[in-house]
Amino acid sequence: MTTGAPTTLLTVGHSRAGRTGAVTWMALPALVFFIAFGVIPLLGVLALSFTRWDGIGEINPAGLDSWRVELNDPGLPHALKVTFEVMILSWVVQTPLSILIGVFLASHERYRAVLAVLYFIPLLLSSAAIAVAYKALLDPNFGLGAGLHIGFLSQDWLGKDKLALGAVVFIVSWQFIPFHSLIYQGAVRQIPRSMYEAAEIDGAGRVRQFWSITLPQLKYTIVASSTLMVVGSLTFFDLIFVLTAGGPGDATRVLALDMYKTGFQANLMGPASVIAVILVLVGLGLALLLRRIGGGGASDSQLEGA
Amino acid sequence: MTTTATSVDKPAAVRRPKNSRRQRRRGGPNWLGGLAGWIWLVIVMVPIYWIVITSFKTQANYYAMNPLKPPTSPTIDNYQLVIQSDFAQYFINSVLVTAGAIIPAVLLSFLAAFAIVRGNNWFLTGVNGVFLMGLAIPLQATIIPVYLIIIKLQLYDSLLAIILPSIAFAIPLSVLVLTNFIRDVPKELFESMRVDGASEWATLWNLAFPLTRPALVTVSIYNGLAVWNGFLLPLILTQSPGRRTLPLALWTFQGQYGVNVPAVLASVVLTTLPILILYAVGRRQLLSGLTAGFSK
Repeated sequence: MTTGAPTTLLTVGHSRAGRTGAVTWMALPALVFFIAFGVIPLLGVLALSFTRWDGIGEINPAGLDSWRVELNDPGLPHALKVTFEVMILSWVVQTPLSILIGVFLASHERYRAVLAVLYFIPLLLSSAAIAVAYKALLDPNFGLGAGLHIGFLSQDWLGKDKLALGAVVFIVSWQFIPFHSLIYQGAVRQIPRSMYEAAEIDGAGRVRQFWSITLPQLKYTIVASSTLMVVGSLTFFDLIFVLTAGGPGDATRVLALDMYKTGFQANLMGPASVIAVILVLVGLGLALLLRRIGGGGASDSQLEGA
Repeated sequence: MTTTATSVDKPAAVRRPKNSRRQRRRGGPNWLGGLAGWIWLVIVMVPIYWIVITSFKTQANYYAMNPLKPPTSPTIDNYQLVIQSDFAQYFINSVLVTAGAIIPAVLLSFLAAFAIVRGNNWFLTGVNGVFLMGLAIPLQATIIPVYLIIIKLQLYDSLLAIILPSIAFAIPLSVLVLTNFIRDVPKELFESMRVDGASEWATLWNLAFPLTRPALVTVSIYNGLAVWNGFLLPLILTQSPGRRTLPLALWTFQGQYGVNVPAVLASVVLTTLPILILYAVGRRQLLSGLTAGFSK
C-alpha cells in the first residue's frame, strides 16, 4: 500500500492497463478544481466552526464556543423552521402542478410546443431580477393588484409574516414549475406507448391510466425532480435576500440567509460556519432520504439510462 | 418489471428526441391538464407582460394608468437612464465571468466524464463518487471558506474571484450529464477506433466530442445561465462598482432608484434581453437537451 498506489494503477491487467492509464489523468484537472473550491471549503467550513474570526482579522481557535453560542441561539431553530416551511410548501405546490402540466405538454400538438417555449421564460431571468420585479409588482399601494383595484391582491404581501412566506413560495413556484414540467414532459414521452394500448384494451379510462401507468412510471422522475427541488430550496438565497432580506422581522430568514447575515453582516464567521455545517448536513440528509424513498436513486437511474 | 420496459425504450428516445413523434398520441382530451396548462400560461405571462409595458411608461403614467394597459406615449427614457448607469461595464463583466467560467468548466468536465466512462479503476470510481457527492451538497454553504481562499490568493474584488469557484460549482452536474451521454455511445465505435490504432486522445476528440456535442451545448447553456444569473459569489467576493456583474447591478440599481419603478423594470428587461435573444436562437437545443439530460 505504501508505495503501491500509483504504480498498481498502471500495471493492473495487461490489456486494460494501457487504456485505463491513458485516460486516468484526464479526470485530474476537474478533480483538482473541485477539490480546491469544493472539497477543501467543505472541510474548511467545519474547521472554521471551531474558530473565532471577524472576516478580516486573524483567525483564532475557539474550541466549541461557536457551537455553544449558535446552538443556544433561538434564531437557529427559527431559521430551520422557516427553511423547512419554504421547502415543504414549495414542494407541495410545485410537484402536482408540474406533473399535471408535464403530462399536458407531452402530447405533440403544435400549440403545446409553443406553450413550452413561453413557460421557459421565467427560468431565463436571474433570481435577482425576479425579486426586483416582484418587489415592485407586489407593492400594496402602486403594484399590480392595487392598480387593478383588486382587494385580495393589494395586501401588504412583503410586510406581513405569513404573507411574505406565501409570496416567497409563490415566486419560487412561478420560477421553477416550468423547469420541472419540462422534466416530467420528457419522462412522460419515454413511457412506452404499448402500456397504454394494453390498458385501453383492458378498458381502463384516462384517469385510471394516469394513476396505474403514468404515475408509477414517473417514480424515478418524481424522486429526481423532488431531489432537485428540495436541495435547491436550501439555496434560495438570492431571491429572498433581494425580495425581503429575511423580513419582515425574521419571517423569511432561511438558513442560507441566516448564514450570510451572521457571517458577513454581524461579522461572526465562527457561528456562521456552524450554520453552514448544519446546512450541509440537512442537504445530505435529505438527499439520502429521497434516495431511500426512491428505492435506489442515482446509481440505479443511471444504469437505467445507460 | 415496469423499469425494464423503460430501460429498453430510453436510449433511443434520449439520443433522438424527434423520433418520439412516432410514440403515442393520446386519445381523448385531458381537461385537467389543459386547464392547468392554460392557467399557468396566464400566471407566467402576466407578470412578464407587466414588466415589459411598465418599463416603457413615464413615472407619472405609471401611477395614473391601469397597470395592464400599454403606455399611451411610450418612452425610452428609462432605458437611457439604465444605460447611463454603467450597465455596459456590468454587461462586459458578466460576459467575461460567464465565458471565463463555462468554457474551462465544460472542457474539464468533458475530459473527466470521458475518463470515467472509458477507464476502469478504483481511482476513477472514487472521482465519480466525489462529484456525485457534490451534487447533494448545497455549495453555497461553502461560501465562507471560499471567501477565505480568495482573500489568501489575493484575488478579492477581481473577476477571477467569481470565475474560479464558478468553475468548480459547475463541474458535478456537468460530469453527471456528460457521462450519461458518453455511455450512450455504442461500444463498437470505441472498439473500432482502438483497432485502428487511435490513441485515447484521438478517440476523445474525433469520436466522443462530436457525438456528445448536443450534451455539451446543453451543459454549457445550463451552467452559463447559472453563472450569468449568479448573485451570491459576486456579492461576497467583489466590492467595487467596477467589478459588478448584472444581477448585483440590478440590486444596487433598485436601491438607488427604487421609487422609479419603470426604470427599475427597464433594468430587469435590459439584463434579461441578451439571454432572451440567445434563447430564441438556441431554444430547440436547450429544451430537448435539458429534458433528455435530466429525465435520466
